[in-house]
Amino acid sequence: MQAKRQRKKLGREKLQRVTEMCRSVEERSIDPFLIDVDEVIEVIKEYFSEWELPEDLCLDAETIHHIASVIRLQGDWVKHRSTSLYTDPFLLEQKLTRTGREEILETFLKAWHPIVEMEQISLHSLAEAIKYWKSLLPLSERWKEILPAEIEAGLTTREELIRQRILSDKTFSEELESFWDELKREVKENGKNRRIRYWDFIGAGSYEETVHRAFMTSFLVTYGYATLEIYPLEEEIFIKPYEKQVTKIGKKQLISIPIAVTAEEWTRWKKGELT
Amino acid sequence: MSKRGRRKAYYARKVKTATHMLFFRRHRKPGVKGWELRRRLGSDYPKVLSVLDNYLKALDLQVKTVFEVEKPAEKPTPEQLDKARFYIILRGELTPKETKMIGWRIDDLAGLAIAISYIMSKRGKTPRKEVEELLRDKLPGWRVGINIDRYIRYGYLMQDENEQLYLDWRTRAEVDQKALIDILLGVET
Repeated sequence: MQAKRQRKKLGREKLQRVTEMCRSVEERSIDPFLIDVDEVIEVIKEYFSEWELPEDLCLDAETIHHIASVIRLQGDWVKHRSTSLYTDPFLLEQKLTRTGREEILETFLKAWHPIVEMEQISLHSLAEAIKYWKSLLPLSERWKEILPAEIEAGLTTREELIRQRILSDKTFSEELESFWDELKREVKENGKNRRIRYWDFIGAGSYEETVHRAFMTSFLVTYGYATLEIYPLEEEIFIKPYEKQVTKIGKKQLISIPIAVTAEEWTRWKKGELT
Repeated sequence: MSKRGRRKAYYARKVKTATHMLFFRRHRKPGVKGWELRRRLGSDYPKVLSVLDNYLKALDLQVKTVFEVEKPAEKPTPEQLDKARFYIILRGELTPKETKMIGWRIDDLAGLAIAISYIMSKRGKTPRKEVEELLRDKLPGWRVGINIDRYIRYGYLMQDENEQLYLDWRTRAEVDQKALIDILLGVET
C-alpha cells in the first residue's frame, strides 16, 4: 500500500515536470526538440493505470494536451526551417552585434518601403465645418439647467395609462407572441428562403412605429422566437422566425448585435434605397 | 465619345476615387480593405489598382497588397483579395538623410531593424527581454524600453500578455522580410 502511494506520488511529480517543461517551450519559444516526445509518452503510459482520482486524470490529460502543443511546435519548426526565411538565430545575432549602426540602417533602408499617407483638410470640409459651427448652439444654451416643473401628485386609472402609452392594453408576452405570428405571416407572404429582410419587416409608415417594431424584434431574437442572419460584406440583414421558441441561454455564448435604426435610414428605406 | 474614350474616362474616374481612398487615412490604421474598394470601385477594382500602380511608378510609389494570412502561391481569389489590405508604399529606397526628414533618428531606426530581424530569425515570436538585451548592447538602457514601446505603438511590433514580441501589421506592409535577412547576412563584419 505504502509502495503504491509512493509510486503515485512519483508519477504525479514526473507529469508535473513534463507539463512545466512543455509550458516553458511554448512560452519562451525555445527549441521544441529539446523535449523527447517518445520518452514523455512512455512516462504517461507507465503511470496511466495508476490514476483513480479525477485530479490525477486531469493532470494526465493536461500533460497530453501540452505534449500535443509541443508536437505542433515541432512541426512548425521543421516547416520554418525548410522555408527561405529561415536563418540561424545565432548567426543572425552575431551579425547584428558585430554590424555597426550605420550599416544596419543602410541594410534596413534597402528593405523598408514605408507607407505613404496624407492628412489634409480640404476647402470642402472647411466649409462644412463652418456650416456646422454656425448652426451649433452655444454651450450656455445647450447645457441649460432644466428644472423639472412641480406637479402635484394625483390618481390615475389603467385606461389613462394605456391612453398615454405608459401601459399597453396587452401584456408584453401577448404582444410579443402576436408580433411573432406577424413575422411568420410576413415571411410566408413576402419572404424568401424562410426569412425576410430586416428593414422590410421593421419598416413602418412612421419613424416612431419603425423604432417600436425594431424594439419588439430585438426581443423576438433575444427570447429565441427568431434569429438574425447577417452578411457584413453585402451589408444585408435578414430575420428568420423559428417555428417553436428556442431556448439559447446556457447553451451558447449570447452576443449583442447593434443595429442602427436612425431617421435617415428610415427615410432611405421609405425611398427604397435601403436593402 | 468612342467606346475606347468612354472606357478611358471610366478608369480615370475610378483611379481618382482609388487615389482618394488609398492616400487619405480613413480608419485608425492606414490602408483600405479589398471589400471596401470593391464596394466603391466595383468588382474590377484589381484592374483599377493596377492602372493606378502604373501611374505611381513615375513617382516612385506603388500599391502594396498585404494578404490576411500569407501571400497565396497562385493568383489570389476574389475572397482573398476582399480580405487583403491595400496600401500606397514607397517603391524605391530612402537615403539615411531622408529618414531624418521623416522623423526617425538613426539609432531608433537601427533598433527597429535589429528588433525585426531578430524576431524573424526566431520564427516571428520572441520574449521582449531578449530583444531588450540585444538593443542594450548599442543603445543606452533608458532608451531601449521607450523604443520598443514606440515600435509597438506604430504597429511594427506587437506584444502579448506573456511579454512575447511578434511582428505586426506595419512590418508586414512595409518591410521586405526576405530581402532584409538576405542583405543582413551578406554584410561583411
